[in-house]
Amino acid sequence: MKINIRLALIITLFNILACSQAVVFAQGLSSADLINNAKEYDSKPVTYIGEVVGDVMLRGEFAWVNIHDGNNALGVWMSAALAKEIKFTGSYKTRGDTLEIVGIFHRACLDHGGDLDIHAQALRKLGEGRVINQRLNLDKKNLSLILFGALFLIWILSLFRRK
Amino acid sequence: MILSPRLEDLKIIGFYLGKIILGLAFTMAIPIIFGLCFKELNPTLDFLISIEISVFLGLFLVKACHTDKDLSWMQGMIVVSLSWIVAMFLGAIPLYLSGHWKSFLDASFDAMSGFATTGLSLVQDLDHMSYTHNLWRHLIMFLGGQGIVVIALSFFVRGFSGAFKMYVGEARDEKILPNVVHTSRFIWMVSIVYLILGTFALGITGIFNGMKPLNSFFHGACIFMAAFDTGGFSPQSQNILYYHSMVYEVITVIIMVLGALNFKLHYHLWMGNRKEIFRNIETNTLFVTIIATFSIVAVGLAQTGSYPSVVNLFRKGFYQLISGHTGTGFQTIYAQQFIADWNHLALVGIILAMALGGAVCSTTGAIKMLRIGVIFKAFKEDLKRIIMPERAIVVEKFHHIKEVFLEDKMVRAALIITVAYIILYGLGALVGMFFGHPFLNALFESTSAAANVGLSCGITNAAMPAALKVTYIIQMWAGRLEFMSVFTILGFLIAAIKGK
Repeated sequence: MKINIRLALIITLFNILACSQAVVFAQGLSSADLINNAKEYDSKPVTYIGEVVGDVMLRGEFAWVNIHDGNNALGVWMSAALAKEIKFTGSYKTRGDTLEIVGIFHRACLDHGGDLDIHAQALRKLGEGRVINQRLNLDKKNLSLILFGALFLIWILSLFRRK
Repeated sequence: MILSPRLEDLKIIGFYLGKIILGLAFTMAIPIIFGLCFKELNPTLDFLISIEISVFLGLFLVKACHTDKDLSWMQGMIVVSLSWIVAMFLGAIPLYLSGHWKSFLDASFDAMSGFATTGLSLVQDLDHMSYTHNLWRHLIMFLGGQGIVVIALSFFVRGFSGAFKMYVGEARDEKILPNVVHTSRFIWMVSIVYLILGTFALGITGIFNGMKPLNSFFHGACIFMAAFDTGGFSPQSQNILYYHSMVYEVITVIIMVLGALNFKLHYHLWMGNRKEIFRNIETNTLFVTIIATFSIVAVGLAQTGSYPSVVNLFRKGFYQLISGHTGTGFQTIYAQQFIADWNHLALVGIILAMALGGAVCSTTGAIKMLRIGVIFKAFKEDLKRIIMPERAIVVEKFHHIKEVFLEDKMVRAALIITVAYIILYGLGALVGMFFGHPFLNALFESTSAAANVGLSCGITNAAMPAALKVTYIIQMWAGRLEFMSVFTILGFLIAAIKGK
């Protein structure tokens, strides 16, 4: 009996370790993989990598974060504590943090009105976001000045024509 | 004998086209002010260049073609038809300069999609787009929804008889007030009052959802313009899915339905005639077709078992359906999910809803409820004639603001436009199939383009063939103008080539 209990404990421990290893080291899936093969990955642990875009939307003790992998953005539901690690979110003036999300994928989440989403269990920051310096595009500036000059010329000519 | 257009015709067309271009140029000042406020210098320059090109072209046409003559029906229709094409090219300039579109054709596709309030998009990296360009994407839907010519009529054209010809050419055959300029101004007043209310409601909801206040109100304004004008663009690549909020979805459903109602009905509701909404043939038909098409979608989704609970099925199914029926194109699912998770029956339900559309004299596209109602009444009348004794006089009437007796010419007009739309949906599907897409997918995307909806099952993307992009542009244009202006310009071109 004791041997059986020990064996069961060892098997359970092995399974837990194997599962956790699978979650941590699973190869990252793309948004296209997840959307196109949603039934296959439904309710399974996945790893997803991408840039945080838009707002970090806090909802009580949780938050919605949208993460874009270059093809699509997926909604990730995470604890507010995990979301605190996010410093930059992608917009016109900023490049968002790049995150690796480990979590459970839902094809049609029961908790969130049937949304396709990931419930994050762990988060790792792979890259820090940054502010993008916007430099004035001189070609555009010159073109706008030339066009302004042409318009001014037309106005002057129209004055002469009227006289 | 076909008569070739005279120089005088071209001058009159050029003069009024120039005026409309100047009106369009004026609207580009809004993103410039916005860009300066947000210190987005390069985007501001994009609009400065675009406004200069537009003013240059507009002034050239007005000066070179100056005339005091009024428009004929043919000229009015051609002005409208050309205005939309020129607006597409001019509206695409700032989009292309932003670097978010791979080619000028792609930018033109989105500009036509915006002006025609369709919502199909080929934009790249939308999540990093400037406020200035994003505002323009939504503003062109607001302008196009009201009508490009309506802008000119409201602000730049003083009352002249040709105004009504242009107004009709833009697929608005109902005058709300006796004067067409006053009608245009009323349409603007309704839209702006709703804009303020809608932006406030969505902005506050966004803040409660955890968005930053500035972003929240910006999104609120953009989403309102896209919803009320049944456009379907959104500031983020995930469309409405970005917000993860049921309240947001409910508010957008209300705005979409408001946008799908006839402006004449809005006028009567504003005047306190609330009973009209229950008696009007268009609202009754809309109610029936929503129930019918949603039943098809719901059965289809139930068969697939895609959504584990009834609430989820309703939330996803009903939202996409209302979005399709009102011609908006907002999505709370990914485009690929239509194919991966929905079955053919559910897709057919959405295609039918998209094909039917909203009310006439609204911002929606497609066949429209008044025509569906009239055709149904005609069937009913014919059935009565068969059933009742030969001597019986069968009279059918319906309520549309007032009691109207059904006449054969009404039925004929409704049937012609309906058939024209069905042909347009079919032709687009044929082109889609030519490029290797399955029938139902091709029909879905084609109907979405021609009915100015914007729902996509994944065919529309920057990698699709240029010929398919051009096909969808033509469908969006023809669908928005409801054919008459398009037929006129085709006739004009034939006359120019073959005429004497």
